[in-house]
Amino acid sequence: MNEAKKKLQDFGKELVENVKKGKQPRLDVPVRALSNVVYNEKTRTLELGDKMAERSFFNVGHVKKFVQTLEVAKIAKQLLDLGKHASLRDVFYMAKRTLPGTNTNLVDEQSESDNAIEDLELVTEFSREQLNINANKNGSVAGHVVIEDKGDTIDWARMGSGGWSIPSNVEEIKFKKVEAKYILYMEKAAIWERLHEDKFWDKQKCIIMSSQGQTTRGIRRLLKRLSVEHKLPIYVLCDYDPYGAYIYSVLKFGSINLAHMTDSLTLGDAKYLGITSGDIEKYGLKKHFIKLKDVDIARLKQISEYDWFKNNKAWQKEFKAMKAYGAKAEIQALSARGITFITDTYLPEKIKNKDWIE
Amino acid sequence: MANPIAEKLAEKQRAVSVAEFFERNRHLLGFDNKRKALLTVVKEAVDNSLDACEEARILPEVQVQIIEMGPERFRIIVEDNGPGIVRKQIPNVFARLLYGSKFHSMKQGRGQQGIGISAAVLYAQLTTGRPARITSRIDPKHPAHYFELHLNTIKNEPEIVKDEEVSWKKEHGTKIELDIEASYQKGDQSVDSYLKETAIVNPHCTIIYTNPKAEQLIFPRATDKLPKEPTEIKPHPYGVELGIMLKMIKSTDSRTLQSFLMNEFSRVGSQTAKEVCSNSGLQTDMKPRELELAHVEKLMEGIKKTKIIAPPTDCIVPIGEELLEKGLRKEVAAEFYTAVTRSPEVYRGIPFVVEVALAYGGQQPGDQAVRVLRFANRVPLLYQQSACSAFKSVLQTNWKPYGMQQSGSNAPVGPLTIIVHLASVWPPFTSEAKEAIAHYPEIIKEMKLALQEAGRRLGAYVNKKRRVGLERERVNIFERYIPEVADSLSMLSGENKKAIETQLAQMLAKNKEFIQANAAKTADREESDDDIKLTGSAERDEE
Repeated sequence: MNEAKKKLQDFGKELVENVKKGKQPRLDVPVRALSNVVYNEKTRTLELGDKMAERSFFNVGHVKKFVQTLEVAKIAKQLLDLGKHASLRDVFYMAKRTLPGTNTNLVDEQSESDNAIEDLELVTEFSREQLNINANKNGSVAGHVVIEDKGDTIDWARMGSGGWSIPSNVEEIKFKKVEAKYILYMEKAAIWERLHEDKFWDKQKCIIMSSQGQTTRGIRRLLKRLSVEHKLPIYVLCDYDPYGAYIYSVLKFGSINLAHMTDSLTLGDAKYLGITSGDIEKYGLKKHFIKLKDVDIARLKQISEYDWFKNNKAWQKEFKAMKAYGAKAEIQALSARGITFITDTYLPEKIKNKDWIE
Repeated sequence: MANPIAEKLAEKQRAVSVAEFFERNRHLLGFDNKRKALLTVVKEAVDNSLDACEEARILPEVQVQIIEMGPERFRIIVEDNGPGIVRKQIPNVFARLLYGSKFHSMKQGRGQQGIGISAAVLYAQLTTGRPARITSRIDPKHPAHYFELHLNTIKNEPEIVKDEEVSWKKEHGTKIELDIEASYQKGDQSVDSYLKETAIVNPHCTIIYTNPKAEQLIFPRATDKLPKEPTEIKPHPYGVELGIMLKMIKSTDSRTLQSFLMNEFSRVGSQTAKEVCSNSGLQTDMKPRELELAHVEKLMEGIKKTKIIAPPTDCIVPIGEELLEKGLRKEVAAEFYTAVTRSPEVYRGIPFVVEVALAYGGQQPGDQAVRVLRFANRVPLLYQQSACSAFKSVLQTNWKPYGMQQSGSNAPVGPLTIIVHLASVWPPFTSEAKEAIAHYPEIIKEMKLALQEAGRRLGAYVNKKRRVGLERERVNIFERYIPEVADSLSMLSGENKKAIETQLAQMLAKNKEFIQANAAKTADREESDDDIKLTGSAERDEE
């Protein structure tokens, strides 16, 4: 029997045993909030603390979450039994129903079932993907890499203008051939397309990868596997704003929500290539500044106070500069210097000069 | 030399007949469309009947019958047990516009101008050509008189078609029969709801109504107590406008300005009268008839400058909290009732009283705007809701604390009927059709205070109900979740679902008290493990 399936069964059996003994059914779930996230100075990663939240069935405040967690456990078991996968959205619809004779819904919004799934990961110590639940695919990759996925051989160098789109579950992929010196990861799909059109990955012998906005788990796993299995350094290219810094932070140190999966997701060697305050001066990007809004400034302050940034001199310098400018800049601002400036000048220079921060 | 244009114009200038006047102003009198015409005719007849009964201290019993005679043609019969009308007066009362006892009186009553019932007679005549048929008897010793009347539209005088003595089983009372062009429809602004609402605010009267579908509705009285007779008061100086002042000066018998002020106004004694005169720069012994316009203007100014105590308010007869609640109780099925009668107040020198009543719950729909029923001197106001200060006051009141839903300054939503009643010797209407109460700040303020007072009582009830419901809900919530949990657990473990369900149900039964005791505590710190919510949209890692 599949291990995840066995774990779910044991989990159910244990609860039933307790009920038989007249004990109140309850779950103990580690708290997933900033208050229970610890930054480990040694490993430089976020780890989950030991604060546990009790979820009892016979408690008005807990009952809904308790039932939701059991509901997604049931759904995961069914998926594993059938050997089928479902998306987060699918799971939401499988759980969404009105309790008979009431106007209470088991779940009202997808965020509730998503949260229940993350709780289930903590309780079972199996990841969502192992429970046959996937997110939407998101992101593209190109480079001299050949992989095998579900029996198909795929060459990342021959995927046309769109590149290979990264699925949400990359655990079953086998790397057949990897010819690259490093991976360049960027938060903007538009920049990825620019680099792809210029065949940047061919010229520089690298892999280029992007998502749109926050990095999905599938991409983080793919990056992690390439970095571990093929020892490839990872360079990150983000907008010059608080959110760009946080995208890097999630890749490098881990995220608050998924602190329980830190080991399989964080990229300890990831380097922040740009855009930095140095770039702003050096490449004259000030004329492309966009003024920071109040929410941006608040977020900047919040990020700069995170434990994993608090004592980081390079980053504190960045945050101070951004605050002093009172402005942000997009990666695309580089295009003002010429359409191929980023591929011909900016990136090669930055990498050659080791002009990055960590 | 003659002016040819003026002469030409003079040929066209002539008196306007009342028929023409009526045609042009029918919207002011409540005859704008056929559906409304039916309501207006019934309303005028019923208002007259109720006023007559009350004045004669008779418990009213009014029969209303509407018969469909053909397409858009109805016969309306309204019969009361009132004091009747002496033979000589019958033609004038029913077939002469602006004839009545009420126009000059400062006394709380339903009618005002003496225009209503004659306008109905005229409308019948203009639309069907049939005369009004009146039967009236003043006591058993006198015979009943039967009249058929037309209204001479050029002279504004009654034309008697038939005048005879008839035998009638009623000892006293009046019956009017009119044929009119109209249309009948049920619903919010129908005769049916007008009579129902009339029954609510007139709990001392019985109404027997037969509608065109031949359905008989009986609204029985809820009390044998007649409302106290309203007393007539003299106008208060603050409430008199220049035109009326001129009229009063012309018709007074007083010989001096001082005695005129003392005799014709309320709250003016010799001291106040002297003060008014000196503030106006007029002699106290001037003869009223010799006052010129300039003098009267000075007098108006002088009145404004003089402090005069508010008019007496005992002339107002409110329905009273007890009877208003009784009336509401018998006509609106609900679970909670309350009524508020405010103390008398004054607007522009005219005393008034505001009353509010609420009926909550029952079968009333909870997802629609509340029903607002507006009344002035016990008469339902069915049209022009949004122009009325009663409705405006409802909107300006915050109903959320009282358990209703309300967004912005919209009408509150909930299973609620709100009654707003204005009693006054002279309720200010926005137009002659008497459909909406005018926006005097003093009146709106009183209405809001009354709504708030009633609302607080409602809020106490709704919140208590909610608390009791929540406690029950807390136990129920587990009962409802048990099958879900049992299903999940059975699916995960492979154990029997029924067995798990039974065991959980037993645990619930054992722990019921414990759960209830702890429910309040835990509900307060619900979800407390998620106390730190991070701001910023980028916090979640994935979609």
